[in-house]
Amino acid sequence: MKYQLNGLFAVLLVGILAGCSTTGDKAAVGDAAVEDRGTTAVTSGVGAAGSFAGYSLDDPASPLSRRVIYFEFDSSNVSAADQDLLASHATYLAGNSGQMVTLEGHADESGSREYNIGLGDRRAQAVRRILELQGVAPQQVNTVSYGEEKPAAEGHSDAAWRLNRRVEIVYIGR
Amino acid sequence: MRVIFRTILLYLTIGAGTGQAALTIEITQGMEGAMPIAIIPFGWTGSAAAAPENIAAIISSDLSRSGRFAPLPDRDLVANPTTAEQVQFHNWRMLNVDNLVVGQLKETGAGGYTIQFQLFDVFRGKQLIGYSFPVSHADLRRVAHHISDLIYEKLTGEPGAFNTRIAYVTTANTGAQKSYTLLIADSDGYNAQTILRSNQPLMSPAWSADGKRIAYVSFENETAEIYTQDVASSERRKLAAFKGINGAPAWSPDGRRLALTLSRDGNPEIYSMDLASRALRRLTTNAAIDTEPVWSPDGRSIVFTSDRGGAPQLYRIAASGGRAERLTFEGKYNAGADFSPDGRKLAMVHGKSGAYRIAVLDLETGLLRVLTDGQLDESPSFSPNGSMIIYATGTGNREVLAAVSVDGRFRQRLSLQAGNVREPAWSPSAGN
Repeated sequence: MKYQLNGLFAVLLVGILAGCSTTGDKAAVGDAAVEDRGTTAVTSGVGAAGSFAGYSLDDPASPLSRRVIYFEFDSSNVSAADQDLLASHATYLAGNSGQMVTLEGHADESGSREYNIGLGDRRAQAVRRILELQGVAPQQVNTVSYGEEKPAAEGHSDAAWRLNRRVEIVYIGR
Repeated sequence: MRVIFRTILLYLTIGAGTGQAALTIEITQGMEGAMPIAIIPFGWTGSAAAAPENIAAIISSDLSRSGRFAPLPDRDLVANPTTAEQVQFHNWRMLNVDNLVVGQLKETGAGGYTIQFQLFDVFRGKQLIGYSFPVSHADLRRVAHHISDLIYEKLTGEPGAFNTRIAYVTTANTGAQKSYTLLIADSDGYNAQTILRSNQPLMSPAWSADGKRIAYVSFENETAEIYTQDVASSERRKLAAFKGINGAPAWSPDGRRLALTLSRDGNPEIYSMDLASRALRRLTTNAAIDTEPVWSPDGRSIVFTSDRGGAPQLYRIAASGGRAERLTFEGKYNAGADFSPDGRKLAMVHGKSGAYRIAVLDLETGLLRVLTDGQLDESPSFSPNGSMIIYATGTGNREVLAAVSVDGRFRQRLSLQAGNVREPAWSPSAGN
C-alpha cells in the first residue's frame, strides 16, 4: 500500500523530484502517494499522456525501477514489502494497457533442474496473480521459468542462493 | 533498462571428432578385487610407421574404467605377443594374470582396416573368444569399444557398456554472454560432437530407446521449447512450444510417445504425447508441481517428481494415467529419477541436511542407499548395462561429471579442460 502510486501521481512526483535539489527518498514518495490515492478518475488521462509515463519507469528513484522480487527457500510467498512494490507496478501497468511485461521466474541451484523450473514457474505465477488482482490485464503478462539456468549470482553460498531465488519483471521494449 | 538480445547464436552441426578426449576421465576411487588382465599392444601392418589408433590402450582404458578389471601396466608386460602362437602362457601365469588379450590391426587399402583379437584364459592356456572385424578409419575407436564389450561380457557374464555415448551440456562465458552447448561423446570422452549451441539455456537431453534421436529443452526463443533431433543427420523438429513450461522430455521404450511437463493448463503437469499425431494425454491433475517423468523399461508406468505432499518426492502412475502411488519416504527431498535398465531400481537426487546426493531405491525391498558424497549432485543416469550411474557434481567452483558403480565402491570423475559440464544422459546400448 505504501508505495502505491497511480500513474498520474508518479508522473507528477517525477517532476517534483527532478526539480528538487535534495535527492528523492523513497519514504517521501510513498507517503505522498498514499495521500493522493483515490484520484482514479485521472488514470485515463495518464494513459493518454503516455510520453510522460516513461519517466517513472526510467527514474531510478521510482519504485518501478525495482524489478526483482526475492523468495525464501522452496517458497513462492511474496513478502509484504514486495506486495507494496508489486502494487506500484500493477498501477503503472493498469494505466498503460499497451505495456507488456515478462515475469522471469528463477530458483537457486539446489536440487534437480526440472523441479527448479517448476519452482521458478510457481514464483512467476504468484507474481502474476498479484498483478492481475490489481487490475493488470492477463494479456499484458507473460511468464517464463528459467529455473536454476540463469543465476543472478554465481557461487554456492547462501548469499548467492538468496539472490537467485527471484522473479524479474521485464518491461518489454524498454 | 534492460535490452533484450534477439541475436540467437545457433549452430546445428555435427563436427568431425578430434583425436582428443573432450572429457578427461580420472578414477577417483578404485575397487578391490579387480581382475588382473594383460592387454598386449596390437601388432600393426600398414603403410604408415605407426598405427592410426592404439587399440590396446582404448580397450585397457575401457576395462579399467569399469572398475572390474586391473589391466597390467605396459611396463610390466613380460613379452609383446601379437598372435596366439607367440604366447608363452607360463610367463603370464607367474604374473598372476587371469586373462590375456592379443590382436593385430592391418591396413587393407582404401582407408580400410581389419582388427582381429583373441582373449585367452591364461591358466587353462585356452582361447575364450576371437574375432576379426573389417573397419573404416572413422570407426576404429568404436570397434575397439565393441571389443571391450565382448571381453567384459565373456569374463563377467554381464553386457558391457563401452560402445555407448553420453549426451551432456556445457557452459562457457564469452565476455558478458554465456554459451550453452549440447554435445554427444563416446563413453570414454572421445569424439565429442556438437548437437546444438545457443546463447540461451539448453536442458534435459533424453535419448530415444534406439539411440538414434535425442530430445531436449531449448530456450533459444526466450521461452522453453522441446525439440527432437536425429543424432546422425542433425535434422530436428519442434515438438512442444505451449504457453509456459515445456520441459523434462522422456521417450517411451517403444519410441512412440514422449512424456513431458507442460504448464499450459496453469501449473506443471505430466502429459504423454503421441509422436505421430502429437495428440496429448494429460496424466496428472494436481495443484502441486508434477514434473520429471521417466518411463519404466516395460513402458507400463511412469515415475515422476511431485511436491503434492509438501516436499518433492517420487510417485508412480500408470502410463495411461490414474491414481499416483508414492514411492519415496526417506528424506525431505527426492527428485529427478532414472530407472535402471532392468526396472528394479530408481536413481534419484536425495536431499538431506542441505546436501543433495545420488541415491538408489530398490523397488522390491524399498531400501534406499546413498551412493555419493557431494553437496550438489544431480541428474543421475544409468549406464545401459545398469552397472554405473553417471551424474553431475561440483568440485571447487566447477561443474563436472562423475560416475559411481551401483554398489558405490568405484568412482570416477569426468571433466572438461575448461568450463562447466552438466546434465549427463547415458545412451542406450542399441543403435550401434
